Amino acid sequence: MKKENKRSRRSLAWALVPISLVIGILLWTALVNLGGLPAFILPPPALVWGRFQQALADGSLVRHVWVTLQEVVLGLFLGVLAASALGYLLAKSRRLERALAPYVVASQSVPIVAIAPLLVIWFGPGLFSKVLISALIVFFPVLINTVVGLHSVPHDLRDLMRSLRAGRWQTFRLLELPSSMPVFLGGLRIGATLSVIGAVVGEFVGADRGLGFLINVGRGEYDTALVFVAVFTLIAMALALYGLVVWLETRLLWWQHKPRETNLVGD
Amino acid sequence: MNFYRNEMKQTLLEVQKLSATFTDHAGSLRVLDKLSFEVMKGDFLCVLGPSGSGKSTLLRILAGLVRSNSGTVTIKQRALHGPQPGIGLVFQDANLMPWRTVLENIALPLEVRNHTNGTLTRAKRLVELVGLQGFEHALPHDLSGGMAQRVAIARALVQDPDVLLMDEPFGSLDAITRERMGEELLRIWEMDHKTVILVTHDISEAIYLADRVLVLSARPASLKLDLKIQLPRPRRPSVRYTREFGKLAARLRAAIEAENHL
Ligand SMILES: Nc1ncnc2c1ncn2[C@@H]1O[C@H](COP(=O)(O)OP(=O)(O)OP(=O)(O)O)[C@@H](O)[C@H]1O
Ligand SMILES: [Mg+2]
Repeated sequence: MKKENKRSRRSLAWALVPISLVIGILLWTALVNLGGLPAFILPPPALVWGRFQQALADGSLVRHVWVTLQEVVLGLFLGVLAASALGYLLAKSRRLERALAPYVVASQSVPIVAIAPLLVIWFGPGLFSKVLISALIVFFPVLINTVVGLHSVPHDLRDLMRSLRAGRWQTFRLLELPSSMPVFLGGLRIGATLSVIGAVVGEFVGADRGLGFLINVGRGEYDTALVFVAVFTLIAMALALYGLVVWLETRLLWWQHKPRETNLVGD
Repeated sequence: MNFYRNEMKQTLLEVQKLSATFTDHAGSLRVLDKLSFEVMKGDFLCVLGPSGSGKSTLLRILAGLVRSNSGTVTIKQRALHGPQPGIGLVFQDANLMPWRTVLENIALPLEVRNHTNGTLTRAKRLVELVGLQGFEHALPHDLSGGMAQRVAIARALVQDPDVLLMDEPFGSLDAITRERMGEELLRIWEMDHKTVILVTHDISEAIYLADRVLVLSARPASLKLDLKIQLPRPRRPSVRYTREFGKLAARLRAAIEAENHL
């Protein structure tokens, strides 16, 4: 009974997505027509769609998407790798945590937009500086969630592993990794969307390719439809990445998803 | 089976002048004060004492998780330094890994020890021992408190330890489940008379289960009373309503209450 209710509610929610999209596009068209806005301020959906097909046909969109995608994936990968490794060390050592805390916090309070030009000056306008900027912006939330996740491992389970004389690696593999996974993946969710922002910021500052570059070009040429195409592509990219993490969550945290209903009662 | 219970026994565990003090920035707290006792092989020992007296600390020292400041613990004539393979631990909460099934939780100690042969068979045997057939592949979330605690007991027994340490193992269960788990524990214990040290707040539970009950004094804990429980075994739940049982309960209550007034 309960389950059926839930399922029908979920299918309703999915039906709402195309409906709201259609309504959005209609409103957008109405705004352009009624407001008499010129295309370089707000291009009508049809124009954006045409521009999209054109960019697709001449291969430019795919080329720029590929560049940005590389930056995003590499940045995310590097950022997560560095953050989880450092996070593990920080969680293991109170002293290290205390010593590095000021740097970690300071690194977070510097706006990424402000240091992006520096990184482009230092590392050139190519792929590497974008990867670095993306990795930097990913770093903090993943680091924090790694530390919090490891601190949230129940003490009694740690004692159990200790009483079984489990080694460092065994404790990590059998206890710390699965136990901190929910919190860690929460950080990865945030990191995944931020990685796209990082890459685009980098491209804004200095690049000759990528979706951020495409936005700059569109703006310069009053080709607003092209800007829209690039923005929508970025949104799609961020959504896809986010979806990937959510999928990973359902795969890795199956043991958590199932008992949600009993949790309401049991806790 | 229990004809020679009192004659043939050998000492399994010996605690001598054990003292423990916790020190932190707020100062130091003396928890155990020259505590001495010994446990015979096959004994079921229960430990009672006022709250905060140091019962958990004692068990944690015996498990090798906490260091004492002075005194010695010997198990099978060997001095204890840190966690030992021959010890099974049961905590107040079942303390299971929620991402592991019942069977996997029970097999954990074998997995840590890198046993490869017969792990599954052994874990399955313990599932049967604690009466959880059919729940091998259930997750801890889907178990009741009593069932989860059975898994915890099976996990502690899976590596056939010399001694089973239990810290208020039924403390978070309701009264009825608690009594049933006590009977269950005795049933398991009757099979191989493993040495058990069980901490509890429940006087009646202590008498029902134990061969011997130790009462600790208020902190810092020293030995207040060492009482033999000579009720016949195997024990039936009805033993709780006998005169002998009542007398023992009264003695223990008097010893504990004298401490609580201090
Ligand atoms: N790691 C620790 N550091 C500092 N103090 C501690 C530590 N562990 C326990 N204590 C203190 O030692 C005292 C004894 O604690 P313990 O848990 O052994 O008592 P207990 O007899 O098990 O109590 P309860 O019946 O409530 O479970 C308590 O006052 C507790 O606050
Ligand atoms: Mg305790």
